[in-house]
Amino acid sequence: MTAASERPLTAMIDPAMGPPDCATYERAGGWQAARLALGSLTPAEIIDRVTRSKLRGRGGAGFGTGQKWNFVPKEPASERRKYLIANADEMEPGTFKDRWLLEGNPLQLVEGMILAAYAVQAAHGIVFLRGEYQEACVRLHRAIGEARQQGWLGENILGSGFSFDIHVHSSAGRYICGEETALLTALEGRRATPRSKPPFPQTGGLWGAPSVVNNVETLCNLPHIIVNGPEWFAGLGLGEDGGTKIYGVSGRVAKPGAWELPIGTPLRQIIEDHAGGMRSGYQLRALLPGGASTAFIDTTALDVAMDYGSVEKAGSRLGTGMAIILDDRTCPIGMIRNLEHFFAQESCGWCTPCRDGLPWVERLLDAIEDGTGQDEDMEQLDRHARMLGAPGRTFCAHAPGAMAPLASGLKLFAADFTAHIQQGRCPHHAGAGP
Amino acid sequence: MPIADLSLPAPLRTEILALAAQELHPRGASVAALRLVQARFGWISTAHLREVANLLGMSADDLDGVATYFNLLFRRPVGRHVIMLCDSVSCWIMGREPLCAHLCRKLGIRPGETTADNTITLLPTVCIGHCDHAPAMLVDATLHGDVTTESLDHLIDTLRNTP
Repeated sequence: MTAASERPLTAMIDPAMGPPDCATYERAGGWQAARLALGSLTPAEIIDRVTRSKLRGRGGAGFGTGQKWNFVPKEPASERRKYLIANADEMEPGTFKDRWLLEGNPLQLVEGMILAAYAVQAAHGIVFLRGEYQEACVRLHRAIGEARQQGWLGENILGSGFSFDIHVHSSAGRYICGEETALLTALEGRRATPRSKPPFPQTGGLWGAPSVVNNVETLCNLPHIIVNGPEWFAGLGLGEDGGTKIYGVSGRVAKPGAWELPIGTPLRQIIEDHAGGMRSGYQLRALLPGGASTAFIDTTALDVAMDYGSVEKAGSRLGTGMAIILDDRTCPIGMIRNLEHFFAQESCGWCTPCRDGLPWVERLLDAIEDGTGQDEDMEQLDRHARMLGAPGRTFCAHAPGAMAPLASGLKLFAADFTAHIQQGRCPHHAGAGP
Repeated sequence: MPIADLSLPAPLRTEILALAAQELHPRGASVAALRLVQARFGWISTAHLREVANLLGMSADDLDGVATYFNLLFRRPVGRHVIMLCDSVSCWIMGREPLCAHLCRKLGIRPGETTADNTITLLPTVCIGHCDHAPAMLVDATLHGDVTTESLDHLIDTLRNTP
């Protein structure tokens, strides 16, 4: 965690060495932030620094982190039960950034959680980890155990009077648990359906207690903000937003992967310089910039800066910042069908428009891709994209997210839809790949 | 799987009660308890589900609502090994369909089924966060990436020979 690090989140990650233990972590600059915060900063000062750093939630919604914390009632942790929860339920298709942080440097997450918990005065920490991340689970348990042994977790940390400990909840696989109110329902041992707001989790969350749910990447930024200052962090970004961002690319590029870069890095640079451009024989046709629930953008938008505001202006969302590439030899309707199958399957079933609408969309796409689609199907798809896509028509953001690639795809790939229906078959044959 | 009809071993019951005691309300341990049962027996039988519900002070139907909600909790028996082949978008683009067809042919089963010798269950899974090495899959607890028909053939041979 050197002061000048341009990639603070991943500087300590070395796959050959495995995750750092407490001593290695400390030698590389770890625990400085926790020592500083618990020793000489008030919770209000931490919230102020994080607010000034312009850190926005890295899970996809992009809500200001300091702002989110500000809604939490201010009583000291010893006087009121409160929870700080790390959202490690990374299940957005195409997204593999939090796994890198969890496996590479779990102590960084532990320290970030200590800082966040101290800021909102929560004594109870939970990592909500997706069940499939088994290696991350092992490493996280080891890191928490060691941190506890060294006095970084538990009663009266560093003699500060602040007590905090972390419990790992291994989930059992369900996309909607990444939605913060569904996550809370899951932790209460119920079918993980989202909850009506208000009350917001910050005032009435887990078991009715004030609860903050922050994404793993968001929390991992905190030690660096506290040590190096909010101005340093804000200055790392190339545009309006502060810090770095883990970007990734999957699909038929030369070198799929994930990289920590300044937030606001142009999409073209991520794809061409870091992912090595397209594989030979493939052309880039369009892409989802930030996971399955973001709208398609085409090659005319490649120069967009990958920050929250710029991607929105380009008609999509930054989302998780993990791009999925559609190449010229893959059927766009097949790709959208795959996405809608996912969303239909992962709908929690609580509200009717989502539970019934998404499978209908999937069936319509099945028909079109299989060559039995009718002209009227296009009207139905368009109607669903409008009705389910507008916020407020469904209980949570699942259906609007599902409609983002469909609505944008209906426009961008209109000619492909027509060709499927008119020819009565998929011009790309059976779907993906050689 | 007759063993699953037996009642839960005493140490497992103790472990579940200890998990429940750590929670503000016992039902908070639902998923963790069901995962323990599955880790021991490979799946969650109705008899076991009822016992866990009793230990957590829930009705069996209430707990079954939780058990049937999650992709990784099995309410039917599975083979000795479970192959979960990712069916989400990046893996689909990178050719998971032909791989799935290859597996089905080789094993003589469809997704969701178990081989007659009870060795392998094949299940689709949602994105497992290994998209830079698509197509990807989980075999029991182990992540595999850049999967090819050759690597699948090798894997199946290995699985058939490991208990």
